Amino acid sequence: MNETHGDTIMRVENLAVHFPMGGGLFGGQRRWLHAVDGVDLELKRGECLGLVGESGCGKSTLALSLLGLQAPTRGRIILDGHDVSGSAGKDRKDRARFAQMVFQDPYSSLNPRQTVRTTLEAPLRLHGVTSRSEIDDRIADVLKHVGLRTDQAERFPHEFSGGQRQRIGIARALILRPKIIILDEPVSALDVSIRAQIINLLLELKETLGLSYVMISHDLGVVEHMSDRVAVMYLGRIVETGGWETIFTNPQHPYTRALIAAIPDPFSRTTGVKITGEIPNPLNPPTGCGFHPRCPEARDICRIPPAPLLEAIAEDHLVRCRRVGEFA
Amino acid sequence: MKIRANLLIGGVLFATVILAGILAPLLAHTDPVMDANLMFAEEPPGGEFWFGTDAQGRDIYSRVLYGARISLTVGIVSQLINTVIGVCLGLSAGYWGGWWDDFVNGLTNLMLAIPSLIFALAIMAILTPGLTSLLIALGLTNWSFTCRLARASALSLKSQGYVQAAKVLGYGDIRIMLTQLLPNMLGPIIVIGTLGMGGAVLAEASLSFLGLGIRPPFPSWGSMLSDARDQITTAPWISVFPGLAIFMTVLGLNLLGDGLRDILDPQSRTRRA
Repeated sequence: MNETHGDTIMRVENLAVHFPMGGGLFGGQRRWLHAVDGVDLELKRGECLGLVGESGCGKSTLALSLLGLQAPTRGRIILDGHDVSGSAGKDRKDRARFAQMVFQDPYSSLNPRQTVRTTLEAPLRLHGVTSRSEIDDRIADVLKHVGLRTDQAERFPHEFSGGQRQRIGIARALILRPKIIILDEPVSALDVSIRAQIINLLLELKETLGLSYVMISHDLGVVEHMSDRVAVMYLGRIVETGGWETIFTNPQHPYTRALIAAIPDPFSRTTGVKITGEIPNPLNPPTGCGFHPRCPEARDICRIPPAPLLEAIAEDHLVRCRRVGEFA
Repeated sequence: MKIRANLLIGGVLFATVILAGILAPLLAHTDPVMDANLMFAEEPPGGEFWFGTDAQGRDIYSRVLYGARISLTVGIVSQLINTVIGVCLGLSAGYWGGWWDDFVNGLTNLMLAIPSLIFALAIMAILTPGLTSLLIALGLTNWSFTCRLARASALSLKSQGYVQAAKVLGYGDIRIMLTQLLPNMLGPIIVIGTLGMGGAVLAEASLSFLGLGIRPPFPSWGSMLSDARDQITTAPWISVFPGLAIFMTVLGLNLLGDGLRDILDPQSRTRRA
């Protein structure tokens, strides 16, 4: 079976991650938390895929399984034509050279007892780069890419500002020269004045190094600015996916519409439909469409199991909603 | 940085005891074991015998100096054993969790439930009395606090972003524990280790006092106290000086531990946020 699509660098097929809850030694029924419940994604080379959704929708679990840190319950992950759904172990290092991650909090994501050099050098040594000159070259190279000076490598994290720390975090993600970088809310912990710098740095690196991004965020402004394609996640499933223009100008799923409407817009006169309530307990998900308890458009048809399918309504625009045809 | 009084006093006391132990052959007036002279038995402190002599006529000053060697060896070595055991168990239990964590927790609770001195006493009763047995007995019975501390630190540190990042970079579990977790929990562990050293010095004295520690002719502060029991009213200096030595050492170690805690405790350190 030939999995290689010329320009598809990562494909996720029907990926699910279920966690056992309760049960165990003293009886009680063991229940399963469906953190990620059948996700299909495709990441093209050089593309930034924005993954949007509120907290608890399974974004982070999805990211962990993409990185090989969380074994999927079912489904497949195909990286550059290779099926890597098998769990960790020996191929974890291969996975590390393929996909890396930038973390949300630039404070807790750097080891306070390691200099920048150690943080960058240890992974290189672990991955078989031992020559002193090559290590120095690669550290200097990666620091230049993220806009830090080489002499700053001897410093400890506490000597840097938040923005600089995030640059170090990006340098760490780049040091093994990966093809994919997962950005977990890369700027949401930063000062607004620093955000633009980091966003521009990330966009620039994507061009110069030919990277592909999966960006997890709930900041739609950032997603709109950075993403080529957007996937909206709700309760462990993708509810709508498409090119960023499609999603931002012509959202179809009521959840996406509500999210877009919630972006503060000083020029807009109309206020969109607000959604209320919280994400349902994934241990006890609603029947039928997972969004129906909060959906302003919900009808009886939405409550009938099984969950609606993700259906194409246009080229590269998929929506998981039974009533999508009825919306004007 | 402001110099802290407890660190200073503790450091000076501890350094004095260490120097006394190391330089004992130079500082001592007589051999602590061989130079018994019943002619000078129970001499009060004075010009020739600074701390007086005991019932066998041995110079207490010299014996207290040599006793420092025993106490420090026991305190440092047994506490090192405790720290290594506690860190290995606690760190791995906190990091891995699961059945290993349950097992280590059970073991720790068991150790906490048995008074450690009684446990050490039982081990000493099985082994032949002597320095090695003492090190084993005290090194195996006092690791539960270190273990608890290491486990708790590992639990809170393992969710830090840099540990996740190390996993993403392909680090193995052992490497993560040694390079990412251990350096960040070392401060409190050093503090507990230092405080525990005082405890070990006391435990050694207690065991030797009970006759289950260092064998009689060799000078240990505990056995010296034990020997001095009968003369406590007639020749109090025989018990006062070893007692003072124990007091100074334990006080020094406790002050040092407190001082180190002030310096190393991450919560007392200012963080740029």
